[in-house]
Amino acid sequence: MTTPSPPASPPTFLLDGQPVPFTPGQTVMQAAYAAGRYIAHLCWHPDFSAHGSCKLCTVQANGRLATGCTLAAAEGMEVHTQTPELQDKRRTLLQLLFVEGNHFCPSCEKSGNCQLQATAYEAGMLTPHFDHFFPARPVDASHPEVLLDFNRCILCELCVRASRDVDGKHVFALSGRGTQSHLIVNSPTGRLADTDFAASDRAADICPVGVILKKRVGFAVPIGQRRYDAQPASAVDVASPARDNA
Amino acid sequence: MTEPMATPPRKLKIATVSLAGCFGCHMSFLDIDERLLPLLDLVEFDRSPLTDIKHCGPCDIGLIEGGVCNAENVHVLREFRAQCRVLVALGACAVNGGLPAQRNHLAVGDVLQQVYLTGHGLAAGSQIPNDPELPLPLNQVHPVHEVVRIDHFLPGCPPSGDAIWAFLNDLIASREPRLGHGLLHYD
Repeated sequence: MTTPSPPASPPTFLLDGQPVPFTPGQTVMQAAYAAGRYIAHLCWHPDFSAHGSCKLCTVQANGRLATGCTLAAAEGMEVHTQTPELQDKRRTLLQLLFVEGNHFCPSCEKSGNCQLQATAYEAGMLTPHFDHFFPARPVDASHPEVLLDFNRCILCELCVRASRDVDGKHVFALSGRGTQSHLIVNSPTGRLADTDFAASDRAADICPVGVILKKRVGFAVPIGQRRYDAQPASAVDVASPARDNA
Repeated sequence: MTEPMATPPRKLKIATVSLAGCFGCHMSFLDIDERLLPLLDLVEFDRSPLTDIKHCGPCDIGLIEGGVCNAENVHVLREFRAQCRVLVALGACAVNGGLPAQRNHLAVGDVLQQVYLTGHGLAAGSQIPNDPELPLPLNQVHPVHEVVRIDHFLPGCPPSGDAIWAFLNDLIASREPRLGHGLLHYD
């Protein structure tokens, strides 16, 4: 170690040409979020460890592609998020997510409050483009307060992480392989009612799409006042309290 | 130098159709209100629920509302593809099957039985309609792009009149259609 010196200014990297300060150990995503800069993401959340499944935060750093949520920030690194190639890839990733599930926004009570939908709007996605999977997983309406529609799941595992890391209930898990991967409920019957899940759990509010829905509060917020009506996804802090259960 | 004769530009021909649609996208089209009048200076309508033309002739733009749910939808969609230079999937149903595609996790035979045989309020002896005049339903509802090539997609259930207006103006002016925040929505 050298002799103590007055605190130097923090190291920085360049995000789309603008300097972003970081503390060593932070990922590109963490530093960008702390600096109020937006990188598109679905499975990342500031309160949880990185997951790296949605790939939406893929950036170009020093000439190669990497997910911003897992890439360690480094002094002087040049990170690009808005190149035409990246915008194309992001739109394609969103299209893949849309065709893998049943994202019928017109009847989904998460519409307007949905991070997947808002991210797709901002990416200018006009069509899911690919052939639809039309999965047919039954709804779990067994719980008195919460409904699960598994056909909208994007496998971000935020509910898995929240239920495991915040209250230790381990209510959710992913099961299956490849395109058969799907969300399950950790109870002998597989039913949500047979767990100790509560509507006040963190996992009940963390779903970025319309899988985990509180009963009897749907469509309460008028069109025009929903989370993403006034502002695009890039302007909404994912950690801010959801307003869809007002 | 002689002034070139001012020839009125040829009107673009537009055809529209509702396949497995609810006609809501057509209603939203009419929501451009009095802007229909300047539009009619630029375009004329071929086959459409708004005209009496039975088959689609050669057109510049075809607007398709609704997904594909039965055999007749497939024939009509193919006719539109053959006749229209530019084909547009208009609204959520045409884009991704829409809410009618919520029947895709049910067996179509069970649905018909439920509605025509075992459902409530049916007269005694009711049967599933079987006249060859009626088009058979497909086993699943499909977005139009799974049947023919589609040039442009305008999502929304329905797209707003303003979105349709902006979109048509771009198309008519041969610009790549762009929908900004507020005009692009899926619900």
